[in-house]
Formats: sequence, C-alpha cells, structure tokens
Amino acid sequence: MIARRHLLGLGLAAVAASARAQTVDLRLPGGPSQRPLSDGYPGKRGMIVQRTAPPLLETPLGAFDTGVITPNDRFFVRWHWPFPTEIDPAAWQLRVDGAVERPQIFSLAALAKLPQNEIVAVNQCAGNARGLFEPRIAGAQWGQGAWGNARWRGVALRHVLDAAGVKAGAVAVRFGGADLPPLEGAPAFLKSLGVDHARDGEVMIATHMNGEPLPLLNGLPLRLVVPGWYSTYWVKMLDRIEVLTAPDDNFWMAKAYLIPDTPGGSVAPGMATFPKRPIGVMVPRALITSIADGDRLPWRERLTLRGIAMGGDAGVARVEVSSDGGNVWRDATLGVDIGRYSFRRFEAALAPVRGSMVLRVRATNANGVVQPLAPIWNPSGYMRGEAETCQVEFV
Amino acid sequence: MRLFLPALLFAGAAFAAPVSVTLPGDMGAYPELGQGAPAADAINNNCLGCHSAEMVLTQPRLTPAEWQAEVAKMRNVFKAPVDPADDAAIVAWAVEWSKRLPAE
Ligand code: HEC
Repeated sequence: MIARRHLLGLGLAAVAASARAQTVDLRLPGGPSQRPLSDGYPGKRGMIVQRTAPPLLETPLGAFDTGVITPNDRFFVRWHWPFPTEIDPAAWQLRVDGAVERPQIFSLAALAKLPQNEIVAVNQCAGNARGLFEPRIAGAQWGQGAWGNARWRGVALRHVLDAAGVKAGAVAVRFGGADLPPLEGAPAFLKSLGVDHARDGEVMIATHMNGEPLPLLNGLPLRLVVPGWYSTYWVKMLDRIEVLTAPDDNFWMAKAYLIPDTPGGSVAPGMATFPKRPIGVMVPRALITSIADGDRLPWRERLTLRGIAMGGDAGVARVEVSSDGGNVWRDATLGVDIGRYSFRRFEAALAPVRGSMVLRVRATNANGVVQPLAPIWNPSGYMRGEAETCQVEFV
Repeated sequence: MRLFLPALLFAGAAFAAPVSVTLPGDMGAYPELGQGAPAADAINNNCLGCHSAEMVLTQPRLTPAEWQAEVAKMRNVFKAPVDPADDAAIVAWAVEWSKRLPAE
C-alpha cells in the first residue's frame, strides 16, 4: 500500500525512491503500522506521513530526544480541511466581531503594535497516540508524535478583545481560520473558548515559533496558542474571532472533540453513552525518548534513560521510572524547568538485565495529578494519559 | 475555496514577502484488490474529494457496520455527495481491505 505512494508534486524519481525506502513501524496493535518518512513537505524534514492531503505529519521519536524544544522543521502537522498554500502576511486580515462594542480588522502591522510576549508551551493533538488504543478506534492513527513544544511569540488575545470591547453578556469567543471545507454546507473548522479563559492574558495570538515566523504548515501567519489545552483549540491561519452571547453549538464544539465527563476522560472499552463535555485541559504525560518500544539493544551494565514529560496545565513535579512493568518505582532526575506548560527532560539510570525488560514511566504534575497505570479508553481515542510502557530486549 | 491574496496591494508593509509552498502530491487512487475482490471504482469516485486515501487505508480493521457508519458520517456530517446506492460497493471494498490487514 505504502509502496504505491508517489510524490507527484516533486516528480523526481530519486526522491520518490528514497521516500519509499524509508518507512517507520509505529507498532500499532493489529496494524497497519508502517508509514513512509518524508522530506518532501515545505519547511519540514524526516516527517512520518499519516495522510498526504490534507497533510497529517507526525514527529518521529528521535526528534524528542535532542532537547525540550521541538524544532520547527520536525513539528507535527495537522489539518482537517484544505488550506491556502500561498499566504501574503502583508495582506492578512484578522476580523474581530460579534458581541463587541467596536468591530475590528487587524493587519499584522496593527497586531505588532500591541504588547508582545513569549511563552513556551506544548501543543498536543487530542488524538495523540490514538493508534495505540485497544480496542482500536477510527480516526487519525497517530503514534506518539502528534505533539511538540515550542517558544511562541505574539500578542495576548486579551489585548485584541479589549480593543474591540467585549459586550456584557458575552459567554464565549469563537475562532476560525483559512482552512475551509471544499464542499458547500460542510462544517468549517471553528473552535471556541469561554470568555474568561479567552481574556486570561495567557491565551495568545502567535506570529512566531522558536524565533521564526510560523511555518506555513503550522498556521502562518497567525495561530492561537492555548497553553495547557489540547491543540484542537490552537486554530491555525487565524482570520476571524467572533464573540458569542450563547454557548457555541457548531459541529466542532458540540459534536466533535467531546470526552466522557469522567476523571481522566475514560470509560469502559466499547461504552458509547455517557455524559460528555468538550475536551479541554491536557493531562500529564511522560515518554521515554532514548529507547523506542520494541528496541533490541546490546546488553550493557548501565544505561541512562532519557525522556520528556509534561504536566498538562501545571508544571511537572515528579517523574518516576519502573523497570519491572510498574511494580517498583524510582524517581527520575528532572531537567531544567523552562515553564509550567513546557516539556521537561528527565533522566534515570538503569541496570539492564539480559532478555526482556518492561520499562514504564509516569509523571505527576504540580497539582498532584498522577498518570494512571490502567489504560484510558474513550470512543474517540482522545486524551491518552496512562503511564507509557516501553518493552526492550537486551541481547 | 483557496484564498487568493493579491501581493501588490500592501507593497511596502514591514512584513515578510508572500509565502508560497508546493505540497507533495497525494498518494492517488485506492488500489484494486485483485481478481474476484470488490472493485475500487465506487470508493475512488466518492472518497477522494476531501482527503487522500490514507485516511481510509491507515484505519485499523473495522467491521462492516463500522465502515457503513463512516460512509454515513461522511455524507451526513461532512456533506460528502455520496449516493446511498454506492454505499454497498464502498463498504465491500473497505471490508475487503480490512480483511487483508495482518492479524493482531
Ligand atoms: C466532504 C468531504 C469528505 C468526503 C467526500 C469524504 N470524507 Fe472522510 N472525512 C472527512 C473529514 C473532514 C474527516 C475528518 C478529517 C480529519 O480529522 O482530519 C474525514 C475522516 C474520515 C475517516 C477517519 C475517521 C473519522 O470518522 O474521522 C475515514 C475512515 C473516512 N473519512 C472515510 C471516508 C470514506 C470511506 C469516504 C467516501 C465515502 C470519505 N471519507 C469521503 C471529509 C470527507
């Protein structure tokens, strides 16, 4: 199946051949598990291709092992609908209307005159690692790479809303971008936040990512940054903001991206009816990045495990590692703290035994939320948060 | 519905030049599954309008009912113009595809 893939846009046999040669096995239970790796996307290299159009590109594990910041050219890509491939920043317009005193149209130049700030924050797809859920679930079949951590720069959404003057009685603020359905009547991708959240001073309209303008595939020229919240709210190619006086009933808020209203968003596998709520705050997660699940490695006396952890909407307080499948846990050493919404590195010394070892890792955030050991399951495959397992064989 | 943004209008603004990218082509058609297997015509005619074929080809093994629910969702929610008369042929192809996935 994957071998049939050809890169029409490039039309270079050599490139197609090398793209075909390089695949990655995501170890999704029951498969299909092989995906091509591609250097063919603008501003990206070595990305796992989940879907060519609209692109769904996943970050390979190795890119998380080099530091806490995910480089722009390795950052995952996720679109629901087709989007423009030409952007003229000088002509971009951001409309702010709805329940406001003074509807506004901001150019990028006008936005640049408002106070700028920076925040380091993890951007994670609600369905990150959906492909690892059991029983399996239809949807984008991500492995562990639908997330990344960047230093975002831009203007607090609050300043933009203040310029427009939110009217009394407003309850939500809705965001839309230039990604649009190709067919009439299909639901455009719109997301909203509660009005107090939108005005908290932290939610940002970002122009820059890791010191560079946003890559086009990550939302050039403007994208919303909602620290601590799943990526579904981080609307890309942002061009309209609407203040609402009633809860948002559009498809992408009222019907999609809903989770069970239970702790950790989990229900018994197969369950379909339960109270639901829109997904929101992320849960803590940790992932070993120096070894991949399924690796066979030459035995050695000592090995340093490395990985990344995030706390969701609070900092990482603790990371623990188990080398016996989750019975005995030891504290890992935490790396520098560069912000509560950022990835944080951890390291732990391991004394390998010959044969198979089942490593597990779990994070605890500053609010005391600990990753559970039992798997999380819900019918959309959102919010994976259980302590991850990494089976490794020392030979 | 691509946005077309004339570059000349705002010449001289203190912002970066227009950015234009070329995306790699998509993977093309759903493959034929061989002699005696359901034909790919129906899925090719109905299921390439909004996303490339990997959206279907990367799914785990789904039951016939689950594939039928996906087709209905595409029509009802995303407004895919799928004639219900094509459903059976689309689902038959997808079910055959699912059958060929490696056993768990
Ligand atoms: C009108 C546009 C449109 C057409 C035509 C279309 N789809 Fe989709 N499809 C979507 C959208 C939008 C999604 C969600 C995309 C995303 O999450 O990135 C999707 C997702 C899917 C998924 C993933 C599971 C899910 O429900 O999200 C499957 C499987 C799928 N489509 C199958 C099909 C099949 C089979 C056909 C042909 C009958 C088809 N699609 C035609 C718009 C369409």
